[in-house]
Amino acid sequence: MRVRLLLALLSLVSTLIAAPLRAQGYAGLGSTAAQGFATPERGVPLVFPRDHGPHPDYRIEWWYLTANLTGPDGTPYGIQWTLFRSALAPGEARGWQSPQIWMGHAAATSATDHHFAERLARGGIGTAGVKTAPFEAWIDDWRMAGDDGLSNLTLTARGAEFAYDLRLSALGPIVLQGDRGYSVKSADGQASYYYSQPHYRIEGTLTLPSGPVTVTGQGWLDREWSSQPLAADQSGWDWFSLSFDDGARLMGFRLRGTRGDFTSGTWIAADGTATPLSPGALRAEPLEWRTASGHRVPVRWRLTLADHDLDVTIAALNPSAWMGTRFSYWEGPVTVSGNRNGRGYLEMTGYD
Amino acid sequence: MRRAALQALWSHWRRHPLQLATLLAGLALATALWSAVQAINAEARASYARATAQLGVAALDRLEAPGGPVPLARYVALRRAGWQLSPILEGRATLGDQRLRIVGLDPLSHPPMPAVQTLASDPEALPQMIAQGGLMLAPPDLAAALRDTPGLPMVRASAEVPPGMVLTDIGVAERLLHREGQIDRLLILPDQPMGLQPLDRLAPDLHRLPGREGADTARLTDSFHLNLTAFGLLSFAVGLFIVHGTVGLAFEQRRAMIRTLRALGLPMRSLTALMLAELVALALIGGGIGLVLGYLVAAALLPDVAATLRGLYGAPVAGGLSLRPVWVLGGLGMAIAGTLATGAGSLWRGAHMPILAAPGLQAWAERAHRAARLQALAGVGLIAAGLLALWLIPGLIGGFALLAGLMLGAALLLPPVLGLILTLGRRLVGGVVGEWLWADMRAQLPGISLALMALLLALATNIGVGTMVKSFRLTFVGWLDQRLVADLYVTARDDAQGAEIARWLAPRVAAVLPLREAEFQIAGAPAEVYGVVDDVSYRDHWPLIRHSAAGWDRVLTGQAAFVNEQLARRAGLWPGAEVRIAPGWALPVAGVYSDYGNPSGQVIVSIPALLAHARAVPNRRFGIRAGALPVADLMRDLQTQFDLPAAALIDNAGLKARSLAVFDKTFVVTGALNLLTLGVAGFAILTSLLTLWSLRLPQIAPVWALGLTRADLARLEIGRSLALALLTALLALPLGLALAWVLLKVINVQAFGWELPMSLFPLDWLRLLALALLAAGLAAALPARRLYRLPPSDLLKVFANAR
Amino acid sequence: MLLEIDTVTKTYPGAARPVLRGVSLGLAAGETLALTGESGSGKSTLLHLASALDSFDSGEIRLEGTALSGLDDTGRARLRRERVALVFQQFNLIPSLSVAQNLAFHARLAGRLDRDWLAELTERLGLAELTARYPEQLSGGQQQRVAIGRALAARPALLLADEPTGNLDETASAAVMDLMLDLVRASGTALFLVTHSQAVAARADRHLHLAAGRVA
Repeated sequence: MRVRLLLALLSLVSTLIAAPLRAQGYAGLGSTAAQGFATPERGVPLVFPRDHGPHPDYRIEWWYLTANLTGPDGTPYGIQWTLFRSALAPGEARGWQSPQIWMGHAAATSATDHHFAERLARGGIGTAGVKTAPFEAWIDDWRMAGDDGLSNLTLTARGAEFAYDLRLSALGPIVLQGDRGYSVKSADGQASYYYSQPHYRIEGTLTLPSGPVTVTGQGWLDREWSSQPLAADQSGWDWFSLSFDDGARLMGFRLRGTRGDFTSGTWIAADGTATPLSPGALRAEPLEWRTASGHRVPVRWRLTLADHDLDVTIAALNPSAWMGTRFSYWEGPVTVSGNRNGRGYLEMTGYD
Repeated sequence: MRRAALQALWSHWRRHPLQLATLLAGLALATALWSAVQAINAEARASYARATAQLGVAALDRLEAPGGPVPLARYVALRRAGWQLSPILEGRATLGDQRLRIVGLDPLSHPPMPAVQTLASDPEALPQMIAQGGLMLAPPDLAAALRDTPGLPMVRASAEVPPGMVLTDIGVAERLLHREGQIDRLLILPDQPMGLQPLDRLAPDLHRLPGREGADTARLTDSFHLNLTAFGLLSFAVGLFIVHGTVGLAFEQRRAMIRTLRALGLPMRSLTALMLAELVALALIGGGIGLVLGYLVAAALLPDVAATLRGLYGAPVAGGLSLRPVWVLGGLGMAIAGTLATGAGSLWRGAHMPILAAPGLQAWAERAHRAARLQALAGVGLIAAGLLALWLIPGLIGGFALLAGLMLGAALLLPPVLGLILTLGRRLVGGVVGEWLWADMRAQLPGISLALMALLLALATNIGVGTMVKSFRLTFVGWLDQRLVADLYVTARDDAQGAEIARWLAPRVAAVLPLREAEFQIAGAPAEVYGVVDDVSYRDHWPLIRHSAAGWDRVLTGQAAFVNEQLARRAGLWPGAEVRIAPGWALPVAGVYSDYGNPSGQVIVSIPALLAHARAVPNRRFGIRAGALPVADLMRDLQTQFDLPAAALIDNAGLKARSLAVFDKTFVVTGALNLLTLGVAGFAILTSLLTLWSLRLPQIAPVWALGLTRADLARLEIGRSLALALLTALLALPLGLALAWVLLKVINVQAFGWELPMSLFPLDWLRLLALALLAAGLAAALPARRLYRLPPSDLLKVFANAR
Repeated sequence: MLLEIDTVTKTYPGAARPVLRGVSLGLAAGETLALTGESGSGKSTLLHLASALDSFDSGEIRLEGTALSGLDDTGRARLRRERVALVFQQFNLIPSLSVAQNLAFHARLAGRLDRDWLAELTERLGLAELTARYPEQLSGGQQQRVAIGRALAARPALLLADEPTGNLDETASAAVMDLMLDLVRASGTALFLVTHSQAVAARADRHLHLAAGRVA
């Protein structure tokens, strides 16, 4: 799960004008109920296509897609397309009066280059939003649109130095994370609604400063909304979404807190059957550190999961994949080797 | 040893407390006026910078719909096409009893901006601003006033917001301004994605306007600040004359002590170091006092300066003064540098003191006489250089170079010219005492000439600036008479009421003159375009300074336009040229009219022509020619009939009075600085005379012994000072008039864009002459009194001792 | 008597002892009187009192019958201007005026400039070539001759001279003294001369010695 971006969205409130003030990111998180936001409850069934659309009564929400792509010559690439929604107050209103704020992050990464862009928009006036029937999520000219089941999508985004135009088709079912979509985020019980579509096959065009490239690959969409995502002591996290060559997938994360690390995740079998990991089962150990845009981050990891006989090394395709956005973090494609091989995405926050 | 030497040096000041006070006062005065001007300038510049940072984002290109708002849907469509734009909605509104400017922006897309940046430290502020009822940022004074007004969004004070402005979210602004769904302009942000469709294809109806290079306000107000700085420097120089005199005297009087200290074995180097340290310490004390004074002066003058800048240039300046460390250091630095510069000569002379006694006053005079020729040459050279600069350097700088050359050159020429006059005049006076008096003045001249130069500069500045301001006022009054053609001006709440008022008025009054206006970008700067109707009052009274045949007919039929003098001078739009008002709308210039006090360009066209090219032109303001109807009755009727606030109606006389009040307020600062400079010059004369005192006794004692009473001598002392001041004042007159001419014909044209006829005000000269004589008389009174009270035994000492 | 000094006492403010303790002397018209004394004996003070430059504590001084104690500042100034003339050790010419102007100054001040007499004086003092110069361009002897000329040009009844040759070398001193005595006698002016030089004093008609504030 994209825990860090919860923080990003909430700190947006104070940082979107200029100075990144991430130190204040946690401020006020505990008072969610008092501000009238809804909180996730265990056992509430998710209903589609309704829940593909926005939930303005919840404080934060995102449509988060990462993809590992390959050019015709076998060159590996990665792309990110993210639309965040952050509510300054619960509910929706027309025009400028809307309390909803939207933020988009897009990136295109190769072994040597990393390009990213950021968009901010107000809700209510139409520059950004998400609707169903048919499904469309957009901010400015960035767009993710398709059928109500999210099984066929087109995806576009562009920055000053890159653009992509991709077609996605789902080869497997939607996966509900946690307890039928109710995902616990800390030992204190913070939780979110969380589901994924990890089975996209992708083709399309990726444009870099060197020119357009035809690409194919696989993508992973995360959908999550909540109002109370973090425990107060949690300072950063490392998040993995991995696709193994045998068709199995793993979503796993490590939350670094003063009270010790908290790891969790989901094992997704090749047929799409999801099994939540028991807390602490996943072990993640940094092996090599590099400096990316002035931040020291681990770019090689050892991941072990005894329950599923997993012992792999995760290596960043491009160690410099730092997202220098208002809230900055590391996010990029990785390769998996060891007793299983594969590809995936890694996100790391809290490395100052 | 050093301690003892220090004590010895210090004992001098203890024995001459008046001298110490004079020195400190001179330093304090110099520093005070200089740093006051600096503080005012810094405050004003900070205000511009704030304004530029807030709104300006002035360097960014922007999109506007000609003559109307950009609909919100256009903005969304352009964003969805990928263009990164930030919307701005602004307008004037009355909140509570405050008439103010509301600027609405989208804090999410707007480029970084200091005022909103301060919100970043408060995570609650942005939700409040965008949602939760809204948040208005206002300068502290305004915030305090608005806080008590019911029905408004939350107000927060921010020193970063320019005076008279409220900064808020565009969603709040559209409600306050009753302009839902409208945007005035779209800033085109610097970072745009690749592969965008060009704007002229996506939005051909919107105009892309180039960002401004630098802030207009800064350019406009440069002249004003240059002016203030010149005043500050002048005061500083005059103050240093005082310091120079006192330091010189102190060294002169301590000669014997220095000899003794050296004889006792104190190395000259240590002595020099001690005296240098003493000077620096005095500079710090005097400078410190000056800073306090300067701060007070600046705080007292700033509201008027702010009024000036607002009135003349439309530049917003806050009335409050903040203490800046740079200013403190700068002021002390100037004090130290000035003291060392003026004290260096004395120090050097002290360090290279000959064993023989100092040369007497006459030798000084002789040496000065030889130097006079050189000085005269330098003076003529400086004036010539000033003229050359005006010719070579275009613009304001050239004008000020001419002023500097003229003033400095004239100051240098003063002693030789005075010397010449005194030499010539001596032949004209009869009587032995008169003869002696002239000869004595001539001999005294080198000692007092610095002070007289200060007086010359102060008087000339007074005459020059006074003539400029009064000429301006005279022209302004005449122009107001011409320009304010209507008997009554009325402003309606909105267009609908405007139309109603016009209908109601039509059968009752001689003429209803709608005043409709839209802003356009002309010659790279915003300009007002006014639409007028045909009326005999325009034809008869409009203050045209250039016009072509059948001008009014052509303008009123939409075939031509009048432009104001500022625009004409700036863009070279004289009759015969064509003014491009908007793409596809250019009109020949049929005439140029004077438009004093307006910082921006203005164009007059017919109302149909204006309406054809601009949308949503408000129709709320009308001039009314009352005809036979008494204006007071009409005002009362309008007020009751339409429930108009008192401020919405203003009669001709009221408007004139208000305009003149603004005008007068504008030049309060100039007047105050003038008077201060003159005061300092008077003080300089006093210190010069006190400095000369010890040298004067050997001159006076023999005359006393030969049969003049001390009272006679005291009277002569005052007479001498008066005569020198009178001569200086007479010489200052032509210099002042030259200064006025340069100000009116060169500086004004460059700075404001208008040329003014020069008028002469001899009564003012007489008043100034009286002031100069008063200053000189007062300055001489102290030494004269001292002379009058001097015991004969002190005079007799002159006969007894070698000096 | 042209000048009568009658038991005059004088104490300077702040001084412990009086400088003059009852000095009396008289001077007839046309007479020359030399007063000698130690430094600080009060001889210069007595001369200053006699020329109405300063005031005394008790006793009386009469000049041509006018009691000086009864005069105010204006009266003293007029007396100095019209009745007496002064020559000082320091010459005390007016530095801003030329030699010619200095010579004529006192006479014009007194309102009785006699151009012929001035021309004769200038000639006899050997100053004819120097009239266009300024005092500081002259030697000490020349300056003192100007001072004497200035004094005599006013045709005073009494010339008071305070160490007139004190600042001159011996040769110049003798020459200046000769000139002064010659001119004084030729014009019938009385001379009250203060000096410490016995040689100079010996050339006067009468010679008095002042010691400890009294005439010996």
